[in-house]
Amino acid sequence: MSAQGGALAAPAPREIRGPSALGGDWRRFLHLTWLIAVTEFRLTYFGSVLGYLWSLMRPLLFFGVLYLVFAEIANFGAKIPYYPVLLLANIVLISFFQEATGAAVTAVVNRENLVRKMHFPRMVIPLSIVLTSTMNLGLNLIAVFAFILIYGVPVQATWLLLPVLLVPLVMFTAGVSMLLSSLYVRFRDVQPIWSVISQLLFYGSPVLYTVQSIGDSQLEHLYMFNPLACILTQMRQWIIDPSAPSWIDAAGGFPLALVPVAIFVTVCVLGWWVFDHEAPRIAELL
Amino acid sequence: MIQRHAAIEVERLEKTFRVPKQHIHTIKERALHPFRRTEYDVYDVLRGVSFDIKSGEFFGIVGRNGSGKSTLLKCLAGIYKADTGKIRIAGRLAPFIELGVGFNPDLTALDNVVLNAVMMGLSPKEARERFDAVMAFAELEDFLDMKLKNYSSGMQVRLAFSVMVQVDADVLLIDEVLAVGDAAFQQKCFDVFYRLRDEGRTIVLVTHQMPIVEQFSHRALLLNDGKIDVIGDPGEVARRYLDLNFAHMETEPAMSRATVARPVGAWASDVAGTRLDTVTAGETLVLNLEVDVRERVESPDLGIWLQTRDGTRMFYTSTEHAGRRPDAFEPGERLHLRVRADTPLRAGRYFIGATLKRGGGHDDLLFAEPHVGDFTIVGDADYGLLTVEHELELERGLERAPQ
Repeated sequence: MSAQGGALAAPAPREIRGPSALGGDWRRFLHLTWLIAVTEFRLTYFGSVLGYLWSLMRPLLFFGVLYLVFAEIANFGAKIPYYPVLLLANIVLISFFQEATGAAVTAVVNRENLVRKMHFPRMVIPLSIVLTSTMNLGLNLIAVFAFILIYGVPVQATWLLLPVLLVPLVMFTAGVSMLLSSLYVRFRDVQPIWSVISQLLFYGSPVLYTVQSIGDSQLEHLYMFNPLACILTQMRQWIIDPSAPSWIDAAGGFPLALVPVAIFVTVCVLGWWVFDHEAPRIAELL
Repeated sequence: MIQRHAAIEVERLEKTFRVPKQHIHTIKERALHPFRRTEYDVYDVLRGVSFDIKSGEFFGIVGRNGSGKSTLLKCLAGIYKADTGKIRIAGRLAPFIELGVGFNPDLTALDNVVLNAVMMGLSPKEARERFDAVMAFAELEDFLDMKLKNYSSGMQVRLAFSVMVQVDADVLLIDEVLAVGDAAFQQKCFDVFYRLRDEGRTIVLVTHQMPIVEQFSHRALLLNDGKIDVIGDPGEVARRYLDLNFAHMETEPAMSRATVARPVGAWASDVAGTRLDTVTAGETLVLNLEVDVRERVESPDLGIWLQTRDGTRMFYTSTEHAGRRPDAFEPGERLHLRVRADTPLRAGRYFIGATLKRGGGHDDLLFAEPHVGDFTIVGDADYGLLTVEHELELERGLERAPQ
């Protein structure tokens, strides 16, 4: 705007309603989320010399330990076809959930300075963390498929359905992340509580074992209320062993299978709703 | 002329902070005392503030600490949600509550500039296009690939300020960010302020440095206790601000050494002693300064000066010019200093400053107040500050000697 410009078209006045979760401008929201996620991703990968190797080493080492204990010493997976690659794929997926939600808990509070002094859509904070973890997951999945091929798992058309598994996983992770990061602003014991729940979910999901190892069909149906269990079970059928049951079968057929869907939707909507509700006041509560 | 539309409209803005007396920080406490009512301390920080800022205006918001000015700015910036009332802003808004918020020390200047600019509403593409301009303005072209943690704090501030200038927002909200940086950088900031103002940007500056308000603002607003005390002419607002500060000092004597003695007023008058708000250029005028003495001041030296709106001191004199210093000013005295002067000053607004020093070895400064009073000189609107006695001669000849 210059004084020489004469009578410029006046920009329409808009009302300033204070901070919100999304900020009303979708493009800015997406740009910012993407930019922060990519920046964080690059920092982890190009920050140190070994960069990507280190990030890959973590799930691999974890896998190595679990494999040694459960497959070699306890002879745990003897009856499960392709147990080592199943274990690896499970670990990569569940670690994504654990890492993203674990980082999201303190995310808003850690960016206190930014939140109190800058105007930007608050939802960017948890979602950019989930997005960074998703990029990480993508890289790790490349390694997983390399192992799957090396191990001799037959190539299947259902591999193409992988995104159908990843979308609900990422959505669920995002829902939990939104919920945790906004609750932590008010309650500081959310962090220790979540680290316990996160551990419970690790052992309460079919990571080290399969649903059928439970052996009791009613218990199995209850167990499948956990949306993560559904995702891992379906992953096993589509990616590794076509003879394994689908998540609907494991959950006990059609009406029962709606329970994990309902839980999934509830968590996502609740996370969204709580974050959206808290967003305007976060700057004052910090 | 530009048709001035309102850039910012604020209507009956209210903001209350409720600070719980006992904080419940954990779910455990909440679960153990599910029915405990939390008691709150209630702070009414803004109590019904309404004002308009026209497009292209440089608007100062001043107020003492705790007056609500920072809260008002944060509401305008959309960081706090107001309880009631409406804020409407036309055009893109760039708030600068603090320079360099969100800079990541592990990233290079490019990444930080892009991130910062996108946060202020540019698209990543626009941000990248402006990067060169940002670095040029910050004079950091030689440090493009350096991580920010290797920048000095001065360089970081320059970078942040440069981003703010290059974002090209229509409305800038600035909170005392400029108290940082060295003198050269501050000068650059002031140059930018002049430029942005002349470009017709709307700028809201929160500060308690009155010279800056008077130098730049078209209008200003004084906030006191969450309400608008006065709004309008910056000089008026600055004077009222100083009054408020003095009133406050009287209730809190330990606050300032100005309690030893303080200037109560300064004005211009004619030779007969009639107070004048406007003086005709070239007429003899008398500068008057009144000072109340509260405590004994030994070997004092009372000084008076004239300065322009942008802080340039035009003239200084003090009681020492009259010869020997008095032994002391006694408590309860009211001093009236008169300086009769034929000034060469031309049309403009002038501010009367006052200073009091206490002797005894080194001089001890008791106060130095740049704006105790002011007056306007009217006259020919010629170029220049001073009328200078001079002679002029013009010699005319041919550009080249004829062949």
